[in-house]
Amino acid sequence: MVCAMVAVLEIEGLRKTYRSRWRGERKALDGFDMVVEAGQVHGFLGPNGSGKTTTLRTLLGLIRPNGGRMAILGREVPAGLPAVVGQVGAIVESPQFFPHFSAYDTLSLLADAGNLSQQRVPEVLEVVGLRDRAKERVKTYSLGMKQRLAVASALLKNPQLLILDEPANGLDPGGIREMRDLMRDLSASGMTVLLSSHILGEVQQICDSVTIISLGRRVAAGPVADVLAQHSSGAVRVRLESPADLPAAAQVLVASGARVDIQPDHLLVTGVDKPSSVTRMLAGRDLYVSELAPITVDLESVFLELTGTAPVAGQHRQVDESAEVPA
Amino acid sequence: MKGLVRAEFRRLFKRRVTRLMLALLVLGLGTIITAFSLASHKIGPSELAAAEARAQSEYETQLRFHEQMVTECEAAKSRGETITDRFPPDCGREYSPQREQFEAEWFLPYEFNFHDEFGIFISVFAGIVALAAYIIGASYVGAEWHSGGMMNLLLWRPRRLSVLFTKLGVLLTSVLGVSLALGALWTVALWLIGKFDGQTGKMTQGAWESFAISGARGIGLVLAVAAVAYGLASLGRHTAMALGAAIGVGVISEIGLRIALNIAGVKFADRYYLSTYAMAWFEKKWTLEDWNACNLSFSGECRPDTFVVTWQQSALVFGLGTAVVLIAATWLMRNRDVT
Ligand SMILES: Nc1ncnc2c1ncn2[C@@H]1O[C@H](COP(=O)(O)OP(=O)(O)OP(=O)(O)O)[C@@H](O)[C@H]1O
Ligand SMILES: [Mg+2]
Repeated sequence: MVCAMVAVLEIEGLRKTYRSRWRGERKALDGFDMVVEAGQVHGFLGPNGSGKTTTLRTLLGLIRPNGGRMAILGREVPAGLPAVVGQVGAIVESPQFFPHFSAYDTLSLLADAGNLSQQRVPEVLEVVGLRDRAKERVKTYSLGMKQRLAVASALLKNPQLLILDEPANGLDPGGIREMRDLMRDLSASGMTVLLSSHILGEVQQICDSVTIISLGRRVAAGPVADVLAQHSSGAVRVRLESPADLPAAAQVLVASGARVDIQPDHLLVTGVDKPSSVTRMLAGRDLYVSELAPITVDLESVFLELTGTAPVAGQHRQVDESAEVPA
Repeated sequence: MKGLVRAEFRRLFKRRVTRLMLALLVLGLGTIITAFSLASHKIGPSELAAAEARAQSEYETQLRFHEQMVTECEAAKSRGETITDRFPPDCGREYSPQREQFEAEWFLPYEFNFHDEFGIFISVFAGIVALAAYIIGASYVGAEWHSGGMMNLLLWRPRRLSVLFTKLGVLLTSVLGVSLALGALWTVALWLIGKFDGQTGKMTQGAWESFAISGARGIGLVLAVAAVAYGLASLGRHTAMALGAAIGVGVISEIGLRIALNIAGVKFADRYYLSTYAMAWFEKKWTLEDWNACNLSFSGECRPDTFVVTWQQSALVFGLGTAVVLIAATWLMRNRDVT
């Protein structure tokens, strides 16, 4: 499809340094790039403090960048933001609402402010499941109910681009699944969704493509399958009929130039061009393979590898201790 | 734009603080009116007659006391006692009370005079409404920032200055509307007290005009106060910023500065206090006197040095203050990172 190639959101070389007169500077974004194409559900992943929320705030005009360019729906922002803001629904990091108003009033005031019909209010309340509690004050809501209200406020505009910063934060399992279905439906109806999340299983299930950020820079981007493929190690798991032969088999494979990791009951072999060559080599030495399986990577392990944030036994990783982009 | 204006009017009047302050305002002003209508009494022939009678009886009582004293004095004198330490010479005969010393007026109840006294009531009204406007104005934008509602609104309305000024406009329009409505009620109520429980006085067109000008002045101050509260609370993104600033300025200007300048013996120290300018604003001018200076007048008495604060100077002080706060709020609204 042609329209699938249209970029709904483009960010190039975005830089942001928070300056505080007393507490010095903090570089949050350091030449960050991102492209989101129309109709996609795009995952935006990164460790804590890597700059996701900063990116979204900058995109929405809440923060002034120090450099770089951004465009939403073909309009340069922040200059063109007033023109496209009606097409962009957003929640930024568990949004807060005025606690003494009801959900209904909150949305109704937003609808007025955005010159929308009041009819949308009950519609979105129904969608997020707050219909029966809508007249109660937001103060009395649970975390997940507030999050649902936030999603409702983002949906109110019926936007072309939906930006959700950790929408699943505080949702119950049913809510998470509903959110997943909702995003599928929205995307099927042509809406583009940018989703920042830490729940990678979720992201892997619903996202068409992802951008991974670490220390304010992009470390990976593209369709989920491509990212997985690029970072799958190409490793194969090898089991022998007799586990006692594992060291011998390892020797044979290392001699042929492969890297081998000996596990108690199998070998992890990387650096072979074709898995079938393993079988052939070992069979030549009377070592019989009982299982030969390529290792499938999941998004979580790719994420941990790319961002360098996999836990290490006995160490407490601090925030900001993540991988930099190889220069 | 129209949508935002409507949303902001709705938001302002949906807020608890607004509703509470309006209720307190009506209650407070109503209490003053009630108390005043009870305190003031219309003076007719019967009240005058009663006062006359009380003056007469008071005169008679004093006369009796006097005669008693004279008699005692005479008696003591005839006994040959020294009396000069206890009684005036000649037993005080020439000091007998005179009837005209007892004026009926003293014994009349208080009677409100609309023409003479409504001016003060305008300042009282403006002061009370200004206090309410300050709290409403500060919390309207302060709570909005603090709760994160402002950030949400900016996701819908990215033109920040238009949001800032629309809200300010909505606030000032509402304060103006409420002031005018309550001011009209206030005027009518006090006029009715004058009419039925006192005097209206001779209300010429000139007198009404003068009240109208005072009223306009009062409402001007109320609007400035609301704008300052709004500006301060949006600078600090918190209601407490405005309330704290008000208390801080009050303490520094009215107490700290007063003590410090007194110790330093600064001449006309009052011209550094905001309250002086508020007085001058309502009274058209306010004269400060320095009794340390003695300027001999023709008649030979000491006249103090004077320093006059005019309402124009007050206008300048308050206008500049308001402008500085609003300009700072505008600048910060344009440039700040909303996080
Ligand atoms: N207002 C601020 N002032 C100073 N530094 C800030 C501010 N907001 C964020 N930062 C810093 O910018 C960096 C990026 O923060 P950001 O909130 O964008 O991270 P994030 O990717 O959203 O993290 P998380 O997953 O925890 O939500 C962090 O180092 C953070 O400390
Ligand atoms: Mg975040």
